[in-house]
Amino acid sequence: MYSKDGVDYFVVDAHIALWDARPENQRNVHGKQFIDCFYDYHRNLSPESEVWPYEEYLYQGGERLMRDVFGNGIVDHAIFQPARLGEFYHRGFGQTEEAFALTQAHPDQLTYNHWWDPRDGENGLDQLRADAERFGLTGVKLYTADWHGESRGWKLTDPMAYRYLEVCRELGIRNIHIHKGPTIRPLDRDAFDVADVDHVATDFTDLNFIVEHCGLPRLEDFCWIATQEPNVHAGLAVAIPFIHTRPRYFAQIMGELVYWLGEDRILFSSDYALWTPTWLVERFVDFQIPEDLAEYAPLTTDVKKKVLGLNAAKLYDIPVPEHLRLPDADEPATGPRQPDAADLAMS
Amino acid sequence: MTATLTAVVTEAQVRAALGSVVDPELDEPVTDLGFVRSVAVRGADVEVHLRLPTSFCAPNFAWLMCADAHDAVSAVPRVGRVVVELDDHHDSDLINRGLAAGAGYRGTFGHEAEESLDELRATFHRKAHTAAMERALTALLRADRSRTEADLLHTTLGDLPPDEPTTGALRRRRATLGLPTDPGAAVLVAADGTRPSPADAALFLRRARSVRISVDGNAHFCRGLLATRYPGAEADQSPRPDADSRSLLPLEVLS
Repeated sequence: MYSKDGVDYFVVDAHIALWDARPENQRNVHGKQFIDCFYDYHRNLSPESEVWPYEEYLYQGGERLMRDVFGNGIVDHAIFQPARLGEFYHRGFGQTEEAFALTQAHPDQLTYNHWWDPRDGENGLDQLRADAERFGLTGVKLYTADWHGESRGWKLTDPMAYRYLEVCRELGIRNIHIHKGPTIRPLDRDAFDVADVDHVATDFTDLNFIVEHCGLPRLEDFCWIATQEPNVHAGLAVAIPFIHTRPRYFAQIMGELVYWLGEDRILFSSDYALWTPTWLVERFVDFQIPEDLAEYAPLTTDVKKKVLGLNAAKLYDIPVPEHLRLPDADEPATGPRQPDAADLAMS
Repeated sequence: MTATLTAVVTEAQVRAALGSVVDPELDEPVTDLGFVRSVAVRGADVEVHLRLPTSFCAPNFAWLMCADAHDAVSAVPRVGRVVVELDDHHDSDLINRGLAAGAGYRGTFGHEAEESLDELRATFHRKAHTAAMERALTALLRADRSRTEADLLHTTLGDLPPDEPTTGALRRRRATLGLPTDPGAAVLVAADGTRPSPADAALFLRRARSVRISVDGNAHFCRGLLATRYPGAEADQSPRPDADSRSLLPLEVLS
């Protein structure tokens, strides 16, 4: 729990990872390119005091993760969202066994989500059933830009992906986190296109689709889809560190999200170990949309409470102390959520 | 021998040619973004190296910029052998081989390429127009505070201040899409020229704003990442005209 100025915030970090990108785990040059890309994100968006040496960035281990994420008592719960990257790393990028063991040791603080990949075919469906039972899955993380043999990406609308989503529905895996990386095939079309989210959200209305980094770099397409699909949510991974380097841009991202999605479907995520949650939570609680961006309503304390933890707690049935809970906003199910709150009225 | 290698082609000519190559996603010349890593001219022969903010920038955009750069430099008068290479990308080997062999898009990417990148290019021409339209209209509102959002439905190109950079930028993007550029043409239009109804106009403008924010945000992030990846690259970047460096006027009711 985080407290500031007499206000208490229940905090859920909806996207953390326990990765291993050390040279001995890199399968090829792409393993190095991938972690170097992450490290550039980290260096580019972090305050100077939060920048880690490259060596520390490659691997943290469970002990350090617990210290970084929970050490000062700010984060109440965190959710693993692992990336497989089996073509880049010998033992994969997300360390399944280590993360799951940590979850078992700290079940009140951690939830383990796993991944699946439709290109694993029928065998993968069996594996998904086994994984769901072993890990007690309520959510999965899907990375559509993962490489797999000759394939360098897939879409949620691929027929086999529908089979996997049907099994998720059957097994009670209701939270589908989607990371839209650059999906390479077919190259003819925009690799970051989020239109496939629209289709599955319509066809699986009983599943929640959490789009990580709120669709960036296609924020506008994501917002347009999410405003029409009540089961599409925004994860703030990668978006929230802009609060430091580009606060006006972050204000616009938040303004757009609250306008198009409303306050009940935005989830705080540090994307640890890309960044650590502490400084992000502190900055977010202190943050306000600049007054001259008058087309957006100010972020209220209730909005901040929901984004920082209550929205994710609701998706994952994480118990929240009675006095920290809030009711859902009185907003329409679709369409712009708070048009009257901003200066641009829709009348 | 070197004495005889007088410059048939100059570096300035090559850089000017590269100035016509645009990152489709960010809608800016690669020369302004700092994506040109080096230009080497030896007599008539030219070698250009391009660089991108990450190893994992989408390879279709990477290909478009490299192929366009090759075309642009090849069109410089009296140019000899042209080599364009992309550095430090996960598909550098593939793209550089394809360019050297003149293999084209499909010949380079094989089974990952279907028809062409025309639709991809068109998608981003439409986004570029939408963002330029929103910038021009916002600039108009700032310049004349008596103007209301309701007027925007009827605003024509002739109403836009001719000296504002946003006006010229919008005209160029309209021309790319084949939209009319005469002074009487309505500004608030979709990429196919259709106009929103009065009831839809507010939402239409609001969506256009989200496109502009997205494109500008991506541009800032990509520029920053490039400078992180290649220290000193910021010196090669021209400042991006930023609609948000000046305060936005509140949007009021469009009726």
